[in-house]
Amino acid sequence: MDWNPFEGMSPSNFFNFSFLPKYLSFFVQGVEYTLLLSVVSVALAILPALLLALMRLSKWKPLKWVSGAYIAVFRSTPLMVQLYIIYYGLFSLIKVPTYTIFGFIDISRFIPGVVVLALNSSAYVAEIIRAGILAVDAGQMEAARSLGLSKGTSMMLVVLPQAIKNILPALANELVTMVKESSICSVLGMAELMWGAKTVANTTYKTLSPYVLAALVYFLINFPASKAIEAIERRMRRGDRR
Amino acid sequence: MEIAVEIIRAENVYKSFDSKVHALCGCSLSVQKGEVVAIIGPSGSGKSTLLRCMNLLEIPTSGKILFEGTELTQKHVKIDAYRQRMGMVFQHFNLFPHKTVLENIMLAPVQLKRKTKAQAREAAMQLLDRIGLADKADTYPNMLSGGQKQRIAIVRALAMEPEAMLFDEPTSALDPEMVGEVLDLMRSLAAEGMTMVVVTHEMGFAREVADRVIFMDEGRILEENRPEELFDHPQHPRTQLFLSKVL
Repeated sequence: MDWNPFEGMSPSNFFNFSFLPKYLSFFVQGVEYTLLLSVVSVALAILPALLLALMRLSKWKPLKWVSGAYIAVFRSTPLMVQLYIIYYGLFSLIKVPTYTIFGFIDISRFIPGVVVLALNSSAYVAEIIRAGILAVDAGQMEAARSLGLSKGTSMMLVVLPQAIKNILPALANELVTMVKESSICSVLGMAELMWGAKTVANTTYKTLSPYVLAALVYFLINFPASKAIEAIERRMRRGDRR
Repeated sequence: MEIAVEIIRAENVYKSFDSKVHALCGCSLSVQKGEVVAIIGPSGSGKSTLLRCMNLLEIPTSGKILFEGTELTQKHVKIDAYRQRMGMVFQHFNLFPHKTVLENIMLAPVQLKRKTKAQAREAAMQLLDRIGLADKADTYPNMLSGGQKQRIAIVRALAMEPEAMLFDEPTSALDPEMVGEVLDLMRSLAAEGMTMVVVTHEMGFAREVADRVIFMDEGRILEENRPEELFDHPQHPRTQLFLSKVL
């Protein structure tokens, strides 16, 4: 039997990065694109997420329902489906001009990508913020209200500052998730890391090693980041005996 | 003899949670200006719920709460304005952990524009002086003992210059050796003529400081009287049983 099912799986194929000198820029720019896409998306998601979280905690039912429905829809459908629907739906109506920033980011693709990721992320961040608020002892809100402070002031000055401690680590984890999830944007030709790997694979006919390299790069970003977040979380908890 | 002026009134207050648990079953109570009223009774008797109804931290299911004649339980009443005039002290202090002692005390007077920052700071320092904790002004609550926390929680409420103070088991979460310092402060408030409603398990304090003691069980006020009468000659069998166990 000379047929070997594991042919092509040899280490020499896995780690054959001979394409690198020529195609390095695809990966460097890919990483930059990925990081920019993720950071901007999560940053843009924070305010709408805070609004969604406060709506969900509201006593007024319609607000609660609207927010609940938004969160349910965006968490229960695949990101790729959301991407296609919003890209071919919303952005066939809104035309973003073709304009390149930083020399390699075409905003006619970047902006729709950011919008979809931010809309998606705001559903998850809303739940993070809501959980962070609920984790603050209810006595804090009562004490503030009993002094005569309004609900809004109590939330802003007493509850939210304490909730941030619970929110920040989860938000950092959301960013790690977003670095991975943003790879989906490659299907619409956004020149992020996954797209770079795909393009190199198609150009060089090396179907494996460019993806292995992409995986390595994703890992080298996310694993240290997660470990750092864990360490910071542990330290924050230690200083939390009050 | 001064003419009694009513400050807080509860009229036939009912409160049920999830329409199943009946915490209050028709409680009526009137508190006069300058009076110290102690509410005693077994756990789960509804005494804390009744107290929390007075500043609408709990909304009564039915019945009325009046403050200086204004019915707070009406929908259009802006409750925040009335809460500023009724200080509240909680069992677990509920100091704001992310703010220093001074910031805890200054927060409400400054936010509600009662005082400028400078005035609020001066008033707060005077209050801290009074309880001998001026040196703790810039520390965070987590560095303080339970007794210190509760005394600061009391002066935080006093900083709003309230007309009445509500105390919800203020010494129940304290180590025994710290109960005294908190009760001393409350005693001195009472001596100054502060109107106080105190839910408490400290029978000695109730007997000594209160003008009137109310005994509650199962959501009802079963007996109310001057302390010496209520403690020495309880009328209701439930009061007799309760006192025989705790005294």
